[in-house]
Amino acid sequence: MIKAIIILTLLISSSFFFLVGTIGLIRMPDAFCRMHATTKSDTLGAGLALLALVIYRGFDVISIKLLIILLFVWITTPTAAHIMAKAAYNQKKIVKGGNQ
Amino acid sequence: MILNALIVMSIFLGLLFFFCLYRAYIGPEAADRVVSINIISTKVTVMIALISIITGQDAFMDVALIYAMMGFITTICVSKYIEKGKLF
Repeated sequence: MIKAIIILTLLISSSFFFLVGTIGLIRMPDAFCRMHATTKSDTLGAGLALLALVIYRGFDVISIKLLIILLFVWITTPTAAHIMAKAAYNQKKIVKGGNQ
Repeated sequence: MILNALIVMSIFLGLLFFFCLYRAYIGPEAADRVVSINIISTKVTVMIALISIITGQDAFMDVALIYAMMGFITTICVSKYIEKGKLF
């Protein structure tokens, strides 16, 4: 019963963060604002959902694979956001320099 | 009860894909489309893990791991193409 309550709380929090990230992706005015809205909420949403699956499964080989996926997502999402922001900034600067 | 909650969560993620695809369709710049595709890739990874737990097929977890790597490499390559105009 305690396990079910913990898993349901983690799943509802994960759904909330995914919803917030998607609303930010739709409503924000700029590409950088959209990155700011989506990256943090997406990292936390994926982390909480995979953590709920780890608790549901117990200690197993599948659970270790889930933890590996979680570590990979936590490393690569901020890196991808950094590279996307750099690409958007440099592209915008090149376009401004071309117009002047 | 937990299994039903996992099924509802996968249906919820499947509904959220359409809003991300809307942003990828109307995005004014290329960077918006890259952001949207990166978010869709993370959501698909979580959804494959959920489906692997729901159906009991343990081999799907490897698919989720490979899909996370593919989404990261796609984002890196498209960002470098946007920034420089060429890949290498």
